[in-house]
Amino acid sequence: METNRYLLSILVDDEPGVLSRIAGLFSGRGFNIDSLSVATTADPHVSRITMVTNCDAQVIEQIKKQLHKLINVITVTDLTEKKYVERQLALIKVHAKPEKRAEILRIVDIFRCKIVDVGHSHYIIEMSGNSEKHAAFVSLLKPMGIVEIAATGSIALARENGK
Amino acid sequence: MKLTGAQILIKMIKFEGVDTIFGYPGGATIDIHDELARHPDLRHILVRHEQGAVHAADAYSRAHDSVGVALVTSGPGATNTVTGIASAHTDSIPMVVFTGQVPTALIGNDAFQEVDIVGITRPCTKHNYLVKDPNKLAATIREAFHIARSGRPGPVLVDLPKDIIQAEIEFEMPEETALRSYKPNYNPNKKQLAKAVAMLKEAKRPVIFAGGGVILSRASDALTRIAKMADIPVTGSLMGLGAFPGSHPLWLGMLGMHGTFRANMSIGNSDLIIAAGVRFDDRVTGNVKKFAPHAQIVQIDIDPTSIHKNIPVHCPIVGDCKAALEGILDLMEKEDPETLKIDRAPWLDQIDQWKQTTPLKYEQGPKIIKPQYVVEKLYEITKGEAIITTEVGQNQMWAAQFYHFDKPNHFITSGGLGVMGFGLPAAIGAKAACPDKLVVDVAGDGSIQMNIQELMTAIESRLDVKIVILNNRYLGMVRQWQEFFYDKAYASTNMENAPDFVLLAQAYGAKGFRCDDPAKVEETLKLGLETPGTVIMDFRVEREESVYPMVPAGGAITEMLLV
Repeated sequence: METNRYLLSILVDDEPGVLSRIAGLFSGRGFNIDSLSVATTADPHVSRITMVTNCDAQVIEQIKKQLHKLINVITVTDLTEKKYVERQLALIKVHAKPEKRAEILRIVDIFRCKIVDVGHSHYIIEMSGNSEKHAAFVSLLKPMGIVEIAATGSIALARENGK
Repeated sequence: MKLTGAQILIKMIKFEGVDTIFGYPGGATIDIHDELARHPDLRHILVRHEQGAVHAADAYSRAHDSVGVALVTSGPGATNTVTGIASAHTDSIPMVVFTGQVPTALIGNDAFQEVDIVGITRPCTKHNYLVKDPNKLAATIREAFHIARSGRPGPVLVDLPKDIIQAEIEFEMPEETALRSYKPNYNPNKKQLAKAVAMLKEAKRPVIFAGGGVILSRASDALTRIAKMADIPVTGSLMGLGAFPGSHPLWLGMLGMHGTFRANMSIGNSDLIIAAGVRFDDRVTGNVKKFAPHAQIVQIDIDPTSIHKNIPVHCPIVGDCKAALEGILDLMEKEDPETLKIDRAPWLDQIDQWKQTTPLKYEQGPKIIKPQYVVEKLYEITKGEAIITTEVGQNQMWAAQFYHFDKPNHFITSGGLGVMGFGLPAAIGAKAACPDKLVVDVAGDGSIQMNIQELMTAIESRLDVKIVILNNRYLGMVRQWQEFFYDKAYASTNMENAPDFVLLAQAYGAKGFRCDDPAKVEETLKLGLETPGTVIMDFRVEREESVYPMVPAGGAITEMLLV
């Protein structure tokens, strides 16, 4: 069956072990997690987990139902069915030899990123955007020599009225 | 009022209406047992192995139609409960298991008899808790019982560190549990119910498929009335036996790998299946691609994950089985009864033909006892009224095939997980729940040895159970697979080296009888059942008898190996 990328926004009780229940559900039932990010919400007793997974339509239905079945899961929203804003945050350390600096700055400018650290031979660039922007940015920087990347998983919110 | 954690625990267990718990003490729970001794109204049955406590609590729950409770110590006491918890989880049995834990200050330090039982049981409980604050103990226990018995029931584990048990705090009865993240949906969608009835009116070859959910939701009456009103034949999963009267002409027998010919053929040829409280386990469906190719499927389940999981469903109904079946019944009662069973006669004739040509069968000769014959005689002698527990394997299948259950909660077996060693502790739990009932464990010679130590529990607690061993000196079900699919290479399945079960019974203080003569089967059963106390009946049966019909793994359920 055809697989698609799904973005789930899951509200959970902020209790010890909740993440482990979710991770255990995925490993135990053979579902994939492509990325995962967790933080508290405006309500300190509630955390939001944003999860990206690739699977077919039947599996995503099971994933949503199985997640909802966990006692500590309050809501499961499939953002892929809605209009949403998605962001990832990445810190990218690139080699910045003098002759490449201008080119790197141009790329950073075009992608509306920021240089957050400068050294004798490197920049650290802060980038935020959706996963396509992330991929495009990294591919342009690759020829400059990427030293290392630290990136978060996707976070996302439905647009107003979720339409 | 100041109470200790142990006192709160016992108070809350009683508050939940529990009168019997199954347990085994240890260092971490010594305070609870010390307190328990002062509460004669809460019966504690001391098992001989923690696995036995959980299986007994499982069967107690089923026979008593309430929540089973087990209490064990930390570390090995806790890990020994895992098999029983996993079995209850697969079979959706409401249960609360209390485990002792090292003091909170030592958690994570690899202390003596410390184990992360909450981590270990996360995938095999409905939910679990580690109590870290004595002020939350009472509310947690109340929540545990609520979760165990509501929605799709299941086991809940509560881990109790020793300092929480010993703490003394001001007790206040917690309010009724209200969880924003857990609100099971009991009420079925009315449009879906109407759709199901409309589908029934169109159907010429309908079948009802009843599972454990019918028994758990006490929906047997509604289901039986629907079947009778519209002349719909009924089959059941292993867990559904007793949901519909086994002696009624509309009963097809069990479905699946060892289902009856007519049940499997009926499903294979049906045009409508009304599935209630089932999850279409692989032992029932066989090859899912070839399952019921002509049928529209209505599926009723309180757990949405059970729907569309293995089999595509045309009319899903999420809700309580009883509420849904009663809703369907109400709608049917508004119809002209004749429109509900148009053209039913050819279908019932066809099923009757299947029954006549290919019944469950075996031939009892003069020399060697057939295991099926023992179960059939047991059924006759007990008039079908005993509570039957089973071990797992051939004994379980023969019990399911040849003992016909007219009422729910009379067949107690480890259905989904298939736990050998389940039957004896389960029989003890069922007897504790129903002291006036005859309780019989139909066992194999292999599986009875897996929790044989519980004989002592039965004797000590005067919970008289009758154990019928179908002794073929093989691990019979595996041997059967080896015969069919592994060229009769009987690797590791020979059980000829076995204890003398009669002497073993005597060693524990029970009675033992042996029988190897077909002519004396009835006499031995009568003697064993009438003898007071716990009794082992050791029937030396045909060694290489197999369970038929059999659907080879991966085959369609209509492709059966027959005798």
